[in-house]
Amino acid sequence: MTVVEDRPETAAPAPRRRPNRLLALLRNSWRQLTSMRTALILLFLLAIAAIPGSVLPQRGISPEKVNEYFVDHPDWAPRLDRIGAFEVFGSVWFSAIYLLLFTSLIGCITPRLRDHVRTLRSRPPAAPKRMARLPQHTVLPAPPGGAAAIAEALRKRRWRVEVRGDEVSAEKGYLKETGNLLFHTSLIAVLIGVALGSWYGWSGNRLLVAGADNAFCNTRQQYAEAKLGPQVDSADLPGFCLRLDDFEARFLASGQPEFFNATVTVDGPDEPTRSADFSVNSPLRLNDASVYLLGHGYAPVIRYTDRFGNSQISDEPFLTTGDMGLTSEGLAAFPDANVDPATGQRAPDLQMAFTGIYLPTAPEQAPFVRSQYPTERNPALNLVAYRGNLGLDAGIPGSVYQLDQRQVRAGKVKEVGTKLLRKGETWKLDDGTTVEFLGTERYVTLSIRHDPGSTMLLVSCGVLLVGLMGSLFGKRRRVFFRVVPADPGEGSPTSGSSLMEVGGLPRTDYPGFADEFTQLVAAVSGAERAGAGADSADRAGVREGAE
Amino acid sequence: MSALSDNLVTFAILAYLIAMIGHAVEYALGNVRTRVATAAPVRELVGAGGGVVPTPPAPVPSPPTVDRSAGRARLAGLIGVGATAVAAALHLAALVTRGLAADRMPWGNMYEFVLTVTFIGVAAWLVVLWKRQSLRKLGLFLTLVMVLLVATAELVLYVPIVPLVPALNSYWFIIHVSTIVFASGIFLLGVVPAVGFLMRNGYEQGKRSFPYTLAKRLPGAAGLERLTFALHAFAFPIFTFAVIAGAIWAEAAWGRPWGWDPKETWAFISWVVYAGYLHARATPSVKRNVATWIAVLGFLTMLMNLFGVNIFFTGLHSYGGLD
Repeated sequence: MTVVEDRPETAAPAPRRRPNRLLALLRNSWRQLTSMRTALILLFLLAIAAIPGSVLPQRGISPEKVNEYFVDHPDWAPRLDRIGAFEVFGSVWFSAIYLLLFTSLIGCITPRLRDHVRTLRSRPPAAPKRMARLPQHTVLPAPPGGAAAIAEALRKRRWRVEVRGDEVSAEKGYLKETGNLLFHTSLIAVLIGVALGSWYGWSGNRLLVAGADNAFCNTRQQYAEAKLGPQVDSADLPGFCLRLDDFEARFLASGQPEFFNATVTVDGPDEPTRSADFSVNSPLRLNDASVYLLGHGYAPVIRYTDRFGNSQISDEPFLTTGDMGLTSEGLAAFPDANVDPATGQRAPDLQMAFTGIYLPTAPEQAPFVRSQYPTERNPALNLVAYRGNLGLDAGIPGSVYQLDQRQVRAGKVKEVGTKLLRKGETWKLDDGTTVEFLGTERYVTLSIRHDPGSTMLLVSCGVLLVGLMGSLFGKRRRVFFRVVPADPGEGSPTSGSSLMEVGGLPRTDYPGFADEFTQLVAAVSGAERAGAGADSADRAGVREGAE
Repeated sequence: MSALSDNLVTFAILAYLIAMIGHAVEYALGNVRTRVATAAPVRELVGAGGGVVPTPPAPVPSPPTVDRSAGRARLAGLIGVGATAVAAALHLAALVTRGLAADRMPWGNMYEFVLTVTFIGVAAWLVVLWKRQSLRKLGLFLTLVMVLLVATAELVLYVPIVPLVPALNSYWFIIHVSTIVFASGIFLLGVVPAVGFLMRNGYEQGKRSFPYTLAKRLPGAAGLERLTFALHAFAFPIFTFAVIAGAIWAEAAWGRPWGWDPKETWAFISWVVYAGYLHARATPSVKRNVATWIAVLGFLTMLMNLFGVNIFFTGLHSYGGLD
């Protein structure tokens, strides 16, 4: 992204030679790629390419919405999927745009970096012969010390100064290009930080139900969904275990949440055993992972007693349906129900499952489908009982939160009744078996992550900001002073002393340069003297020169 | 306190309307003056001035008529500025009372957000105007934008006060949202001279069709362009900081600094477009009006992010409070 203004003078044309066509093509393509026009076009392509990522559901953010989209648009969805429209930010075309953009960026800033280093080490150039042609120009009485005094005054104002005989050249505002290069370099660092995070980072999501029996340890199998970077192996996951001891949630009268806090016990080989609290906005920071609280809900504790009098307990979490009152849906499956204790004979057609809706605050009257408040003011569990082969033994992966509808459609699982249970109530089914709603446990939805690129991201973002400020607000400019003997015929106010001719050149767009120039010149001219008379003479001189 | 805030917003809208009328009158009278001044000998044009002069049948327009018309135009313009200042004060009072009533910063939903962004815009406008009074005539466009946005906020986006959801309850809320609001307010103000420049530039190039004729009374194109750049160059680093602060907060709240949530995606798009503007502006081969169009496009992406994303998409930033 070369700024053309600052380009150094091109070298004298090389002697004509028969150009190698391939080389010429490559060189021209490279020039084309690193030109500002291409960079601008790529920037806009990047912006446009990001739009479908916000319009269409994305797998990385909401895979369930992508599935919904497939159901709603069966003709369009596969076509869109083929071009990566559901994974825009990982798609070939999006990557191509930003990689080209960054190549262009590197191709542009590398020569500029070289030039800038050279500039930083070089001295301000000699004053032009005809200073009157510079954008700013004036003639004033020189300070008594001549060029040395001028140079001193400029140095005090943090100009880089070079004295050549009676001439003084000074330059300032190198920070602009420094900042600009810093900004663009840190953009590359940001990209590297993101890449590090995705290569060496890992993340997993899962639900954690309260209680010692439900504690979880950080292994891949324990996650409902886990994403490991290409450079991460399952064995690399740090060893720690979490047990949810308590979860506190407060809500307003309207049902809007106000406060969450989860208390867990942490232990494991890589962590000291301790109790820790965390909540939304303040994650639990472990040595090589952070634990984020994403959501919460209720896990109804359901006890089923089968024909042989054996009891089993399910405390599977019921997933919230997204309403204010935390209406939750879930499944309590008992695939080992009705196993004959005498023979150990499994009865695959007598497996039991209950789908249900849990209402923390059930309404007074039917329909019991929507909870009215998120805390348990009037808890009720609306259960549908199913008996038959649940299909869990077939080895086909299925959701633990939903009954396998294929088995229902095939007639292998039959509905046997429906009932609303209050806390502590027991329901006797048609075959004499009982199901009891004992109460609930809290559960939390956790995201556990490790991003080794985050420090680099943070630092490079900080550098980026600093560079950006320098780049936007820095102003590169030059001033030249030439001390000349006063012309005796002109009758200068301080006759006998010498004059200085001053020129100013803003190297970048800088509307305020005239003011700065005026002030600078006045200050330098009056550097050794003080007094209203000298000041007014300066001002008159400046005005004369400026016109 | 909450009702007081709502009333103050209504009064602020009224004050913006008065300001807009003041500026519009200045515009209109300004046109009369130009016509009288440039085509004085033509007889029927006296009638145009006559609407202002108590005794119409004057054979030749006398210089005092022109002066009085100019004086009145100026007065109308100053009334516009005064009304804008009053409106800004009411606007600020509405925000303060809203914040007091809610016992938090008034940035919890779209209504409060738009109200704050527009306040930043008008406050920055008053600062700019104080420094460069020659820009007064831009006030017509600014007050128009204010009336539209504040009225949209009150009529469409209004929601009663509720406390923050836990996800917003963090000191990053203040850091992230205040900077986003501030940058948005400056970008909002920046689009006024940008559009003004595009019209004025066309006018100065001799275009006399509809939108360009509006720019007849505007300050010079070069000055408008410089102001456009200055405002955008000022707002861009703040916006960048705000996005970075958002990423830091997102890491703490959602476990990742950047997740291509619709709001994040559109913030990215806005950032890229504004970066494109700054690059285009710094490239001599790109014409200034092309660069300025990019700035206007950037503002459209900001609007899309505010209204479009809150209303059409669902994401983690769904705090609009609209159902």
